[in-house]
Amino acid sequence: MAFATKNRQLLSRIATNDRPGENSPYFEGWKAYDSNPFHPTQNPDGVIQMGLAENQLCFDLIKKWILKNPQASICTAEGVDKFKDISIFQDYHGQKEFREAVAKFMGRVGGNMVTFDPNRIVMSGGATGANETVMFCLADPGDAFLVPSPYYPAFLRDLRWRTGLEIVPVDCNSSNNFRITRAALEEAYERAQRLNINVKGVIIANPSNPLGTTLDRETMRSLVSFINEKNIHLVCDEIYAASVFSSPRFISVAEIIQDMDCNRDLIHIVYSLSKDMGFPGFRVGIVYSFNDLVVHCARKMSSFGLVSSQTQYLLASMLSDEEFVENFLKESSQRLAKRHRVFTHGLEQVGISCLKGNAGLFSWMDMRPLLKEQTVEGEMELWRVIVNEVKLNVSPGSSFQCSEPGWFRVCFANMDDEIVEIALDRIGKFVRQGKEEDVAPKKPKRWQKKLHYLFCCCR
Amino acid sequence: MGLPSRKATCNSHGQDSSYFLGWQEYEKNPYDEVKNPKGIIQMGLAENQLSFDLLESWLAKNPDSAGFKRDGKSIFRELALFQDYHGLPAFKKALVDFMAEIRGNKVTFDPNHIILTAGATSANETLIFCLAEQGDAFLLPTPYYPGFDRDLKWRTEVEIVPIQCTSSNRFQITESALEEAYQQAQKKNLRVKGVLVTNPSNPLGTTMTRDELDLLINFITDKEIHLISDEIYSGTVFSSPAFVSIMEVLKDRNHENTEVWDRVHIVYSLSKDLGLPGFRVGAIYSNDPIVVAAATKMSSFGLVSSQTQYLLSAMLSDKKFTKEYISKNHRRLQKRQSKLVLGLEKAGISCLKSNAGLFCWVDMRHLLSSNTFEAEMELWKKIVYNVKLNISPGSSCHCTEPGWFRVCFANMSENTLKLAMQRLKLFVSSITINSQSHQEFKNSRRKARTNWVFRLSFQSFHDREQEER
Repeated sequence: MAFATKNRQLLSRIATNDRPGENSPYFEGWKAYDSNPFHPTQNPDGVIQMGLAENQLCFDLIKKWILKNPQASICTAEGVDKFKDISIFQDYHGQKEFREAVAKFMGRVGGNMVTFDPNRIVMSGGATGANETVMFCLADPGDAFLVPSPYYPAFLRDLRWRTGLEIVPVDCNSSNNFRITRAALEEAYERAQRLNINVKGVIIANPSNPLGTTLDRETMRSLVSFINEKNIHLVCDEIYAASVFSSPRFISVAEIIQDMDCNRDLIHIVYSLSKDMGFPGFRVGIVYSFNDLVVHCARKMSSFGLVSSQTQYLLASMLSDEEFVENFLKESSQRLAKRHRVFTHGLEQVGISCLKGNAGLFSWMDMRPLLKEQTVEGEMELWRVIVNEVKLNVSPGSSFQCSEPGWFRVCFANMDDEIVEIALDRIGKFVRQGKEEDVAPKKPKRWQKKLHYLFCCCR
Repeated sequence: MGLPSRKATCNSHGQDSSYFLGWQEYEKNPYDEVKNPKGIIQMGLAENQLSFDLLESWLAKNPDSAGFKRDGKSIFRELALFQDYHGLPAFKKALVDFMAEIRGNKVTFDPNHIILTAGATSANETLIFCLAEQGDAFLLPTPYYPGFDRDLKWRTEVEIVPIQCTSSNRFQITESALEEAYQQAQKKNLRVKGVLVTNPSNPLGTTMTRDELDLLINFITDKEIHLISDEIYSGTVFSSPAFVSIMEVLKDRNHENTEVWDRVHIVYSLSKDLGLPGFRVGAIYSNDPIVVAAATKMSSFGLVSSQTQYLLSAMLSDKKFTKEYISKNHRRLQKRQSKLVLGLEKAGISCLKSNAGLFCWVDMRHLLSSNTFEAEMELWKKIVYNVKLNISPGSSCHCTEPGWFRVCFANMSENTLKLAMQRLKLFVSSITINSQSHQEFKNSRRKARTNWVFRLSFQSFHDREQEER
């Protein structure tokens, strides 16, 4: 209708621009899955979701705890006495027990090398809310943050959309296993300067999404010294901190700055329980800053995304249970390690290698040999075949702003063992079929495209 | 470079206002019947604590939703993983049905047009982000909820221009006030994007009349701007006139699927009606698909916990429960409001006749030493520090007339309310009423030195315009 256009002009630019970036293949793959989701019995030919970084491996442990602790719910007979007090609690400082439990948990996850102060724990609507809030606190519209690529696609929305900020990518590539180098940081910084872009800081994810690796001590120290010298901020998104399943261990930036001379007002951490505990639905995001002004500002802003008091109460109880936490973290780590081993081994068997990972819920798969051409278009063509024909939703590297075509993030912790096998089986068939077709007589024209990819597949 | 943003260092969060300062004083010395009987009684907090027993009894009868179960089977995993920003379908359906029920089922809402947000705080901010940007303004009738200064302006950088309402007509919105506000905005080079009203009103405690709603629709049609109707208190209307939603008026005027239909948006929440502010359940309802799409994406920054969505979807789907709750809640609110009004009367204080909300708009103009905001602050400080009642001064709500205060009644026990009224009565009667004439008083009065003594002319006390009781 005509007035739709007129009304559209009456909306803000934010409402009508493309910054939420939901047209990228990262989200397109999800749509393909949503329209044809795999189910072992009801839809065995459906698309298997491997684009969703969720940790579904330890719900049995949590369920057991919940059954043993009915008082942690304010709705059960054992806990309903607390219902009124908790349901009216909307103080943006958050429940004291919740903050203490989260601070202790973060300390434990950091290997007990650091103690976190509960008074610096600020809530937010998931890490999504936390990252946006931190940006609002640290930068003004038009300012920029440096972000090492490849990076989590939704940063484009979370860091930029409503804040009006810009992202300047720091180029990392496979030549050194995608490590962040001082040279790359300097280059990105200078590039921004030349374009008259005011850089307010660097934001990293450690462990990295999509790489599935922890940052080593040297890189962390180099980062801290870089931002310190430039007097800009460092935001560390540590959302996967407890998803580290093999060495080297996770080192929080909080630990690094303990024996470094640096301006602590520049250091900020974002955390969440969505990945480590597997609770994305509960929207528990945390902003932890060493800068008092930022803590105060973020706390006021947390009004826009507080954690439900019902949830705070449950999790305060759960995370204060030290025995449970110890066991959970140990089991989770072991199960992730096993799953990672099975998956990467399965890929190796068919000649697909991954970046050596020690953390996260995914692998960074090297499909460069399968590309028709080493371009983004080549990557997208391969991706479409994988989604539409192999029926696996994996995430193409270009959606992570990776500068090298051919890398894919594939998640492995959001499914049962059986489905992992099915997925590996499908990949295996796809690769083997390619090898067979390589030596087979000429196929009809409609297979030519597919043949072209498979030709490059030999290892 | 290493400095935080302007937002971090500026004052637009508005949290230095007296509205929040009063809370801080309360935090330092909170009343407790047993542990601190001389502490400050919190009457600045618009919470509904009257009907928890009804909620608790529902929980006792419905152990499944309490324990993450459906039909006896655990759905914990499903809930813990559910982060779809479209929200739990069962919850959205239950919520829109509840909203319709509150409106006497005179309007129905489509669950596909509702967006869940972390409280009305987030809903209002999100809507403003969708409808306006820096350089734009929204018109708001005064007095208004102090939190709007933060929610609508802080991170969005949008301005608020007040629509001045006065006691001369019970603070109702007039056409001339709307026009004047619009002109004011233009003078400041601000582009007016819409009007935002709270209906029922906070802090007035009154529902908007049909005439006012018609006026608003005419105005936004003429100016081609938006209307946001924050209906967070819609379930607290305890006496006539009945609540009339803007949607109902649009329907009655056959405005469905017209241009203006798409420019009216509703904000809702369960924080006041159900008394669950801690659960952070807010909602935006819009007929404009672009607004729905944009707001849905933005809700990623503040989704409602799936644990909470599940519990409340079960609760609100229980129609027997919602019917009982709505009617009992109304009765209790009415009873409690009457107690406050009576208590105030006994202290010689009147308030605006109200039929909704969790507070009264109290007229203490006659207690001011002068008709100024300084005098209002002076009086407010006495009430907070000496009478030990935290109430909200009208200036914090941007009221144009000094002497009005918002006093909450639903966040305490009956005994506590009784005590608060006793304290107030004592305070007022300790004021020495001077029987000399007003002129004599003006010539001879000396400035009050102690906290407890005013000198007021008996004449001027009675000359004050008395509001309806």
